[in-house]
Amino acid sequence: MTNPNGYTTKSNIVAGGNGRPSVTATINGQQVKVPEGTTILDAARLLHVEIPTLCKHADLDPTAACGLCIVKAKGSSKMLRACCTPVEKGMEITTHDAEIVEVRRTVVELILSKHPNDCLTCGRNQNCELQTIASDFGIRQAVMPSIAKDFELDVSTAALTLDPSKCISCGRCVHVCQDIQNVHALCFLGRGYETQIAPAGVSLGESPCVKCGQCSAHCPTGAIFEFDETWRTWDFLKDPELFTVVQIAPSVRVAIGEAFGLQPGTNLTGQLYAALRRLGFDAIFDTNFGADVTILEEGSEFIQRFMHSRGELPLITSCCPAWVDFMEKFHGDMIGHFSTCKSPHEIVGVLAKTYYAEKTGLDPARIRCVSIMPCTAKKWEIGRHESMYASGYQDVDVSLTTRELARMIKQAGIAFLDLEEEECDPILGDYTGAGTIFGVTGGVMEAALRTAADLITGETLEQLEYTGVRGLEGVKEAEVEIAGRTVRVAVAHGLGHVESVLHRVREAKENGEEPPYHFVEVMACPGGCVGGGGQPYGVTNDVRMARARGLYSDDERRKLRKSHENPHVKRLYDGFLKEPLGRKAHELLHTKYQARLTYAR
Amino acid sequence: MSDVVMVPDISRTVQKWRKKRGSLIMALHEVQNRYGYVPRNVSLQLAQLMDVPLARIYEVVTFYNYFNLEPPGRNNVSVCLGTACYLKGAPDIFDSLKEVLGLEDGGTTGDGEFHLQSVRCVGCCGLAPVVVMNGQTLSKVRPGDAKDITARAKKKE
Repeated sequence: MTNPNGYTTKSNIVAGGNGRPSVTATINGQQVKVPEGTTILDAARLLHVEIPTLCKHADLDPTAACGLCIVKAKGSSKMLRACCTPVEKGMEITTHDAEIVEVRRTVVELILSKHPNDCLTCGRNQNCELQTIASDFGIRQAVMPSIAKDFELDVSTAALTLDPSKCISCGRCVHVCQDIQNVHALCFLGRGYETQIAPAGVSLGESPCVKCGQCSAHCPTGAIFEFDETWRTWDFLKDPELFTVVQIAPSVRVAIGEAFGLQPGTNLTGQLYAALRRLGFDAIFDTNFGADVTILEEGSEFIQRFMHSRGELPLITSCCPAWVDFMEKFHGDMIGHFSTCKSPHEIVGVLAKTYYAEKTGLDPARIRCVSIMPCTAKKWEIGRHESMYASGYQDVDVSLTTRELARMIKQAGIAFLDLEEEECDPILGDYTGAGTIFGVTGGVMEAALRTAADLITGETLEQLEYTGVRGLEGVKEAEVEIAGRTVRVAVAHGLGHVESVLHRVREAKENGEEPPYHFVEVMACPGGCVGGGGQPYGVTNDVRMARARGLYSDDERRKLRKSHENPHVKRLYDGFLKEPLGRKAHELLHTKYQARLTYAR
Repeated sequence: MSDVVMVPDISRTVQKWRKKRGSLIMALHEVQNRYGYVPRNVSLQLAQLMDVPLARIYEVVTFYNYFNLEPPGRNNVSVCLGTACYLKGAPDIFDSLKEVLGLEDGGTTGDGEFHLQSVRCVGCCGLAPVVVMNGQTLSKVRPGDAKDITARAKKKE
């Protein structure tokens, strides 16, 4: 059957609605039955109709800012915005016709009139949502006179680049920063044409910004993107005097493929090792090894506090730098709860310039350490405290995001997808399944429980998987029996979910009650590092889950799945560190925290 | 940055709106009326007192014309650009005031003498075009009056 708009009608589409009453309407002549409250935008997707939008993001509530998603509804004199209009009973909606396309083209032209024509030198060239839409609409010339303004770049965080001239005021970054992350660094200043997205009266570096980079992951254009340090890395690689080592974070291996057209979750560990070797790095390490070491230190800290009452409970994880920054700025009273253990990449960094240097006879002054991270906050972390120079040098010299590495691989002309898998280099690379799941929310907790359970009971337990801490629920709570005692744990991801957990901890403290939890894991980004601010663009919960599955299957494939069983970690302790939480371990692998002001001025 | 400290009576009045939804704007009115602008460190204190992010305060302050982030001049000149005044030639008056004072919209002279701003309808369209000088409404102003208006203000001091 063909309707007046030329769309062929197939079977009726019905969507599941969790018991909500459903409404039936037609979109482009095709009947659709959706749960009450479903927006026209979402209902259209069920019919494989894509309505363009620049402001709506799957993670965020609609704001109707951009005006691209307008549709017609029979009987309505004005066009409706599909992103924020729920389907009503009997609605007859048209999403595309000549007039709608014309209106949308005008909207695009209006947006472009306020946007510089800088595509070739823009940080989002080739993966910009505005560029794609302009291309789809075949805009060949500026119809409206340009009112684009020049602004100075804000690179004060040295983690993110804020370029307000590219901003289309869609508001995604503000909503992520305020509603999802509860940071409130970015806000709308002014109104109308004058609207600017910026911190309240200071630079980003002086604001409460925690550098999580979720703004950059959600920005549809080049208004916020990672602070590029690929050139510094190239400088290391071209200097024959230097010995440059590199490490990759857990979640990078299951996301970088997306930058080369592969599905999210494709595990490319072996190809990454090969590509890094071809880029000219002198030794290829893996942050997963550092994660295994983290577990020995942090797991031992937990046992100290839980079994021997030495230190405050709950113990709170500290491997996420944006979370560390957030805690120091907003929750300084929690410092005593924080694990003092450094994050995995800092551990690999300091060990590269001490342990590895000693073993290989290299002068640590000649070693440069580059980390490939899913994260923009890691760029800040590498200089955040004097303990990040524990080797006598800066332990990690440069931290690149997944996106930056993808560009370097392309610059180097490496046919990434054709590479044979290779191995990493000894002695800071081999990892267990526990190390690799650090990249997903709940992973650090699960890895720590695997080791803590064995160490507390003194047995090798069969239990490996703690599924209660997996998944994308904002706060996950679980109870685990270890040696006849109940361990209460909580896992939060997305900084907006932290407040309720900390509130319970504080309340119990004030009332002199048992702490509600013994162990708490927090990751700043929704989904954990798989959803990190430095990962390839286009993240949604489906993408986060696919990347997480990639890591869990990496874990399942490993012969060794508990950090303390890693033979290279055992050797590190036997021959160098001696024991977890020992003097040397404290010198090299631990850090300190300090309460900070949210605004520097 | 100025070192203005929130005076106790303001901090008391602000307390009464604490945690009441939608009351930020009332508190900001109080601050604006007291200081003639919203000083940054008062905003910072307000954020703490009312448990509102500073970002939200700045969003409100920069959205409404009523609030200023910079200290006003000793003489405040507001030119109405509301519909009636606009049609009666307010843009020309605004331009000549800009020229006489050497200011853009929202600017303050280097000596702190004059602050010039445009406002939307001040509610006396019958007198259009209107300029409000230090709270006093001047009616049926002509572009040629700009020099006179500013000179009179100086004399009064």
